[in-house]
Amino acid sequence: MSELALPKGGEPRATGLGAAAQHVRYVLRENAVTGFAFALFVMIVLAAVLGPYLVPYDPLASDTAAALKGPSLAHWFGTDQLGRDVLSRVIVATRLDFFIAIASVALVFLMGGIAGVAAGFFGGWTDRIVGRIADTIMAFPLFVLAMGIVAALGNSVQNIILATAIVNFPLYARVARAEANVRRDAGFVLAARLCGNGEARILLAQVLPNIMPIMVVQMSLTMGYAILNAAGLSFIGLGVRPPTAEWGIMVADGSTFMVSGEWWIAFFPGAALMLAVFCFNLLGDGLRDIVDPQRRT
Amino acid sequence: MVSMILKRLVLAVPSLIGVVIVTFLLTRALPGDPAAYFAGPAATKEAVEQVRVKLGLDKPLLVQFVHYVGDLSRGDLGASLTTGQPVAIEIRTRLPASAELTLLGLILAVAAAVPLGIAAAIRPGSIIDHACRIVTTAGVSLPVFFTGLILVYVFYYLLGLAPAPLGRLDVFFSPPPQVTGFYLIDSLIARDGELFMASLKQLVLPALTLAIFSLAPIARMTRASMLAVLSSDFVRTARASGLSGFTVVVTYAFRNAMLPVVTTLGMVFSFLLGANVLVEKVFAWPGIGSFAVEALIASDFAPVQGFVLTMAVMYVMLNLAIDILYGIIDPRLRLEA
Repeated sequence: MSELALPKGGEPRATGLGAAAQHVRYVLRENAVTGFAFALFVMIVLAAVLGPYLVPYDPLASDTAAALKGPSLAHWFGTDQLGRDVLSRVIVATRLDFFIAIASVALVFLMGGIAGVAAGFFGGWTDRIVGRIADTIMAFPLFVLAMGIVAALGNSVQNIILATAIVNFPLYARVARAEANVRRDAGFVLAARLCGNGEARILLAQVLPNIMPIMVVQMSLTMGYAILNAAGLSFIGLGVRPPTAEWGIMVADGSTFMVSGEWWIAFFPGAALMLAVFCFNLLGDGLRDIVDPQRRT
Repeated sequence: MVSMILKRLVLAVPSLIGVVIVTFLLTRALPGDPAAYFAGPAATKEAVEQVRVKLGLDKPLLVQFVHYVGDLSRGDLGASLTTGQPVAIEIRTRLPASAELTLLGLILAVAAAVPLGIAAAIRPGSIIDHACRIVTTAGVSLPVFFTGLILVYVFYYLLGLAPAPLGRLDVFFSPPPQVTGFYLIDSLIARDGELFMASLKQLVLPALTLAIFSLAPIARMTRASMLAVLSSDFVRTARASGLSGFTVVVTYAFRNAMLPVVTTLGMVFSFLLGANVLVEKVFAWPGIGSFAVEALIASDFAPVQGFVLTMAVMYVMLNLAIDILYGIIDPRLRLEA
């Protein structure tokens, strides 16, 4: 039961920080690609946290004399049509893109996780309502629904986060439902019930912690999609407004210059976006292999 | 067979009802007063009231919903604020452009992904298998608008092989007389080889972009499902009976392995229809996606709503078609129904 929540490392388990370090070592040894993805992840987090202190130029300062210059020693990633340093903008944008992805994934984790666990645990009407909501969302092409939601609720970063969370809801609800459903009559649940715990308490204190590992894997698997979805929305002009530095909008800015040969304006933010998504996908696959090796494809 | 199709049709009805309710609620969720919104920014108080009565916004929500469904059943999706044109007509004229692009993208993706997945599954751990893994992992990580721009840069700017990414036809050509709305087919019907080549040239890059995007899930699923089938008992028996490797893979394994792949197509379509919007923006493609994007930027909600509804209805229909296709491939389902 509770060993479901533990890494299947086979090594004697240490406690606290020691256990965490041991787990990371285990992850890296098992799969070199996951190690690479983890290194990339650390870099992204560093760029998101320290970004504004690392950059050589002000990401918003324009310098028309230096506009549309290709990559050089002074501007490694070149400058855009207003003479802003692309490298600085790409680094500073990490924080916003990362924030949107984390916030939307955390939101859907709460909404989908709780709704799904309740559906799987209680069954009956709760299950039917949650299932119906998930089916209705799945009846739309997801990006199109996200567009519609942002258009209806208003063009803001909060609504991009909300829309990304809503379109991911069925995935989370289904995983949580299936995992909670197999545990609803498990020994530890019956034991807790026998001890006089209420249903809500059993749900939150017994069932939810047990399905956490699977849900965390789900989070890292959908993180990449969340970034892509948000960047796609800002690429078509929703959410983030210029001159804010954000990868999707920077690619959109640079797209008009692609046909005239100034490739660097769109290329570097696009490449950063690709690397971030690539990193989260690899990390998600790696985590999934560890927590749930049978689902490996 | 017929009863199976009917059963699937009935199953699609709740999805359609859900779609209509959600698109209705989306309009009611518009920030502020919808009447003031539809009356335009310059409207006076009386004009706003007139619009409110005209749109039936003074009535209870349920009555409004009935009106909305009534309008829909007459094919009325409202009018665009910026052009004044009925949304339904605009969508109807633009739909073939999107459909042609999406279908060609899907065909290219399947043509590349299925052989790749099979080759990877036949020799696990080989170079092809590794190539397949790289393609599938990279494919899902590439933002579709980014792939499109890179293709434009390489094939238009650097190599000069592709025309400028500006719509379905070069300005020197006029579109073929409309029969299907697909320029490739219409130009063939008109027996105009030059026009066919011209529209094909415009179509190749955006279709390739969509194909690269949707290749990954198809290849991944084909590989996984082929691997499972190739290790099953009936394949072992076929091999033991001395059948050639080709016969085993193509006649025995492939047909059985296609079932999960067809199921994945549903998910692929969800991605494709969304990616279509982004690709249309990159290539200035005059489809319904770019129509919706233009309306979004102008805060014109009726076209967006019409677009979301059209896409969702198409998606439900596509899933229905996939279910029916599934029944054709798998005779067991026909017996059940």
